Amino acid sequence: MWAMVAKEFRQLRRDRRTVAMMIVLPVVLLVVFGYAANFDVHDIPTVVVGPGARQAAASLRPPFRSIEVDPRGGEATARSKLQDGQAVVAVVTGGTDVDVLMDGTQLFSVETAEGALAKLSASTRATGRPAPRVRQQILYNPKLTTSWVMVPGLAGLILVFVGTLITSLGVVRERQTGTLEQLAVMPLRARDVIAGKIAPYLMVAAVDLTAIVLIGMGLFGVPFTGNVATFALGAALFLLVTLGMGVLISTVSQNQGQAIQLAFMIMLPQVLLSGLIFPVSSMAPGVRWISYVLPLTYFIQVSRGVMLKATPISALGQPLGLLALLAVVVLGLAIAAFRRDLAPSGRRGRRDAEPRDRGSETVAA
Amino acid sequence: MTWGLENVRVGFGRRIALDGVTVSAGPASVTVVVGGDGAGKSTCLKTLVGLVRPQAGSVRRPAKERIGYVPATAGLYADLTVQQNLDFSAGAYRLPAGQREQREQQLLERTGLAGVRRRLGGQLSGGMQRKLAVALALLHSPDLLVLDEPTTGVDPVSRAELWRLISAAAAQGTAVVVATTYVNEAARAASVVLLDAGRVLASGSPDAILRGVPGVVGTAAGAGRPGPLSWRRGTGWRVWAPDGELPAGAERAGPDFDDAVVVAELAAQAGR
Repeated sequence: MWAMVAKEFRQLRRDRRTVAMMIVLPVVLLVVFGYAANFDVHDIPTVVVGPGARQAAASLRPPFRSIEVDPRGGEATARSKLQDGQAVVAVVTGGTDVDVLMDGTQLFSVETAEGALAKLSASTRATGRPAPRVRQQILYNPKLTTSWVMVPGLAGLILVFVGTLITSLGVVRERQTGTLEQLAVMPLRARDVIAGKIAPYLMVAAVDLTAIVLIGMGLFGVPFTGNVATFALGAALFLLVTLGMGVLISTVSQNQGQAIQLAFMIMLPQVLLSGLIFPVSSMAPGVRWISYVLPLTYFIQVSRGVMLKATPISALGQPLGLLALLAVVVLGLAIAAFRRDLAPSGRRGRRDAEPRDRGSETVAA
Repeated sequence: MTWGLENVRVGFGRRIALDGVTVSAGPASVTVVVGGDGAGKSTCLKTLVGLVRPQAGSVRRPAKERIGYVPATAGLYADLTVQQNLDFSAGAYRLPAGQREQREQQLLERTGLAGVRRRLGGQLSGGMQRKLAVALALLHSPDLLVLDEPTTGVDPVSRAELWRLISAAAAQGTAVVVATTYVNEAARAASVVLLDAGRVLASGSPDAILRGVPGVVGTAAGAGRPGPLSWRRGTGWRVWAPDGELPAGAERAGPDFDDAVVVAELAAQAGR
């Protein structure tokens, strides 16, 4: 038995990445997720409109935070702010009652807002002062159904799994079986290889996504209220990022085990830090920034916005733009890393004589 | 056009893998790079096809479209059928549709794989896998064919068939470079490069290498080793006398290519 133990330790010592992951990762995960796992909402972006907007805004107390006060605006303005995701709560003044509109896609924020409003009305009643009646209305997800909010996010998570993990394994397999060497001598450009590698996965993932959305709609009654093309654009950009991540992982992994480890390191934070479960705004600032570099954070904004709120493309410029930026950066890095794998001799080699017929080359060190 | 390496040095960290290596491969000829394990054969071939960047010296090779390469791992897709492997290579080298079918059929027949075209690459025998790998490398009729130990671990019949393929490619004008550990295969080549520890011990035609064997080679019988510069051959011994003085009991014999390789290695060890 001791011979076996000694052998295992020797092998483990050579696989430094695994050792590092075994020791460092649990500590990092505990700290990061400990700060991220928080259902308490302390900040609810609120827009106040109508003739009594200034007065109403002045009476707002945390967790409500007034982000815009528009005395000339009406209910349409309020609804538009909620639909575009700029505010979670909108207070509409001007009538005999005060209307409070809430974005039902923000489950925890709405629950916190409801509690805060109940407290406020109780304390107002206790003072005996006359106060306008508050009418609450939850938009987009009136019954605060969890599955309505989870399905658009889970669709993204499943795509992260398919895109990142499966793609990374596909390329590493080429390295392990020696076919990557064969690809390197073939007249293929790095970007062609990557495009060829990810195109089939892109198609499979697109079918996957369609199936997930349709099943979500059929089984859980999740509505799809927005524009399909906007959703498809967001999904395509998101898929490019996740597939690019898969390729990037494969270029820095020597075997499938390493690729799986790295893929999980990228997938786990997306589960907990993207806003899928815990509201991004509730996370400690020290870990919140991580959610801003995760593609799933932006895909969730797009998918929930389009499916549940019919958010127009004009209001999704930021998440779509950031997804596009991430796609360019990740795919650019993947191509650069892959090119290094495919053409090691071309990196620093100097071509002595430019071949006249492009039929040969002389490479001098 | 002659392809090859000229005075190439390759290092991996502190380890020098190739030091001043020159290999020349002319059209319609077979150049064999022979050497033991770790001699630098694979590095030499990888440098020639562009997988490894030399630190010094120069490499002359055709454009990628005109190179065929079989790595030591065969480099075929185990989860694709024989036909699908061929189709992928044909696509990668952009063979025109008409030419593709004809060439695939020709190579399948020549390699004896026509009957197993629907079998997965991973389900082929070792010899069949090697033949498929060579067929893939020959598909686009390259100017330079580079084969890394194509016959290692292959039975004698398959080995003969592989050499028939290689010779046929050379006969059609391809410059072929083959790495092998089998010394007898080197004797078939137009030129041979004998590598040891990253250095060229001898190079030239097999005849020239034989003529260049220094000293005298002899044979000896008996159970006891006749001297330090001797090695087993069958039931007897071969003996090398650098100064021409064979030990008592040994008889002079004409060196063959096996002897030439062993003598070159002994001479290199003596010189180190």
